[in-house]
Amino acid sequence: MGQALDVHRIHFAFTITFHYIFPQLTMGLALLLVYLKTKALRTGDEHYDRAARFWGRIFGINFAVGVITGIPMEFQFGTNWAAFSKAAGGVIGQTLAMEGVFSFFLESSFLGLFLFGEKKLGRIGHWLAAFLVFLGSWLSGYFIVATDAWMQHPTGYRLGVGGAFELASFWDLLLNKWAVWQYAHTMLGAVQTGCFVMAAVGAFYLLTKRDENYGRTFVKAGVLVGAIAALLQLFPTGDMQGELVADQQPVTLAAMEGLFESRAGAPLAILGQPDVEKGRLDNPLEVPEILSFLTYRQWRADVKGLSEFPQTEWPDQIPLLYYSYHLMVGLGTIFIAVMVVAALLLWRGKLYDSRWMLWMLMLCVPLPYIANTAGWMTAELGRQPWLIYGLMRTAQGISPRVSAGNAWFSLIGFMGLYTVLGILWIFLLYREIELGPAPDVHPRGEEAAVLATE
Amino acid sequence: MGTIWFCAVAFMIAMYVLLDGFDLGAGAIHLWVAKTEEERRQVLASIAPVWDGNEVWLVAAGGTIYFAFPALYASGFSGFYLPLMIVLWLLILRGASIEFRNHIKSAVWDPLWDFLFCASSLLLAVFFGAALGNVVRGVPLDASGYFFEPLWTNFRLGEETGILDWYTILVGVLALLALAMHGALWVQLKTSGAVNSRAGKLAGLAWWGVIVLTMLVTAVTFKIQPQVKENFTTWPVGFVFPLLAVSGIAGVAFELRRRNERRAFLASSAYLTGMLTSVVFGVYPMVLPAREAAYSLTVRTAKAGDYGLKIGLAWWILGMILAAGYSTYAYRSFAGKVAIDKGSRG
Repeated sequence: MGQALDVHRIHFAFTITFHYIFPQLTMGLALLLVYLKTKALRTGDEHYDRAARFWGRIFGINFAVGVITGIPMEFQFGTNWAAFSKAAGGVIGQTLAMEGVFSFFLESSFLGLFLFGEKKLGRIGHWLAAFLVFLGSWLSGYFIVATDAWMQHPTGYRLGVGGAFELASFWDLLLNKWAVWQYAHTMLGAVQTGCFVMAAVGAFYLLTKRDENYGRTFVKAGVLVGAIAALLQLFPTGDMQGELVADQQPVTLAAMEGLFESRAGAPLAILGQPDVEKGRLDNPLEVPEILSFLTYRQWRADVKGLSEFPQTEWPDQIPLLYYSYHLMVGLGTIFIAVMVVAALLLWRGKLYDSRWMLWMLMLCVPLPYIANTAGWMTAELGRQPWLIYGLMRTAQGISPRVSAGNAWFSLIGFMGLYTVLGILWIFLLYREIELGPAPDVHPRGEEAAVLATE
Repeated sequence: MGTIWFCAVAFMIAMYVLLDGFDLGAGAIHLWVAKTEEERRQVLASIAPVWDGNEVWLVAAGGTIYFAFPALYASGFSGFYLPLMIVLWLLILRGASIEFRNHIKSAVWDPLWDFLFCASSLLLAVFFGAALGNVVRGVPLDASGYFFEPLWTNFRLGEETGILDWYTILVGVLALLALAMHGALWVQLKTSGAVNSRAGKLAGLAWWGVIVLTMLVTAVTFKIQPQVKENFTTWPVGFVFPLLAVSGIAGVAFELRRRNERRAFLASSAYLTGMLTSVVFGVYPMVLPAREAAYSLTVRTAKAGDYGLKIGLAWWILGMILAAGYSTYAYRSFAGKVAIDKGSRG
């Protein structure tokens, strides 16, 4: 069964990693669209409506790819992880079904209205449509994170008669404290993706000296919101996540930090390569006592290393987990630096002329995607070898009748299809950016006009 | 409690078939009812603002099965692994072809997406029908509560069944014809000019196929799944469901002749609802019949814990009221025939 397990894991990892490229921008941009529409409503300036229309087109492409790559995620719980679904469906089926019932209907109905119904809805109606799309996508994020949080830190369940888990308390499931902090941390990550993308497009326009009035709007929106999000990402949300991991999954914390032996006054490793066989970190670049302080607020506190735990409890991909975590934290630190400096320049009125900063903003665009992916990898690899922490091992969760060969068949299919989809997505986004936000440049005309009725 | 959720899931699946059914049908026929660029855009514009919302019914129904009948979800989804993966790919291709087409105007871009849109819609209709056929026929479940079906074996209803055999293919073709008719009636309702009249004609043609296959499939189904006959004899009141289907299909022909486009579409919706509810009524209390009756998954054996199901009922009803509100509002906003503004095309 070992082989099938690996294929099922790669299957989920590949499809979820590709899928999450899209919702992170959708959720981030949804907030920024509300920002632009609010500006439009308050100033009455058509400029902001056009800006929102431009980002609406980008949002639409991105949302579509998010939807079509999202459906396979829900199906995969049943197709590839049937034993897990049978055991846990009575609990996490709640949050997953609620996502469909409460978020997707809201999101899809009002996105149609936002993209195609601007003329009909009027100014306030159109603002409201943007707001409801934002609400739908952010609610959806909560239900998904609450599902994951239950797998990280199960609450509100009991063991039923047939050996499956049953819901015991609805509110314990929904208001799991792990879910609340993980949600805040995840959404701030998504907001940063939205901000970096918006700022990068703005910087591109300013550097190429075209559509400069839009460029300034985009850079300003991205930097203002982005600086706040970058700071909140570290504190309190990142800090609280770390505290929860230290408290509930201490072996995961040790693996993330590459800490093999317990130490009083444990150092924070900034660089270094974990050698799991020898049980040490090679070429470590460490800052003394910081890990103890961050974890327990005491410089000399004792932090447990991996050797304190039996090897069967260790996450099975320690190096990958270690690198994911370090990549996430390192990039998060860079985001704070970039966004805060850009915000200071904006405040001094120098940002639009400071070419090096605009270059920086433009080139940073892939980084939040990498950081968000690394963050999710930290959470999911850190949970291993458990599928439901402390309750069910990952190896026990796969579909008993789906062979490695069948899982490979669909994995290869998804790889091919997603490669094509990824190329088309980049191509279409680039084209929208190239066409730009000015009115009357779109060869297909304003779609809103197409749907006028008799 | 299990029976309530059985009805709730059936309701969501019926909504999915009625709503996504018309945009699937529209996709399957659009190459034939719309010839020019402008006509193609008319068809696309008739579904563009709503198709995504229609597809949400599939996702929401899937989520509700997961929550209310976890054992069914686990067993059914892993047992139908291969066809479901193919369905996912088709859904991806179809979504991409609707959304990507109108971003670029080029002699090689449009035809490619038009073809993919048509092919994926066609195949999805057949696969959904075949899936329903599998459920009615029964699957090779054993004592473990799991099964795995290859795509096909020898196309017979023997010991080792495949997803596709002569019966499921027959149901698949019926599904395609019924959705083609449903889609054509939608396109007729939403368009004007040449597209409108071609769609009307096509719906009339498909109607004949639907009539013939409906009778054939019904007769065969009574033979294949003994539970159906048993249920209809135990509770004769269940005959309202097939009656609804019969009056629906009769209504389609009648309203097509009277040129009442809205009523023709509603009649087709009644037909689809009648057919689905008949099937659901026929297999109850099974949620997934097995080839060996003893291993069938039933409402009682597949359902989740009662506390969760009770709580779920509260939010599910609230959610459905909200969803009905948004969709009604969205459909109202796009009511009437689509008009293509020629000046807006560069």
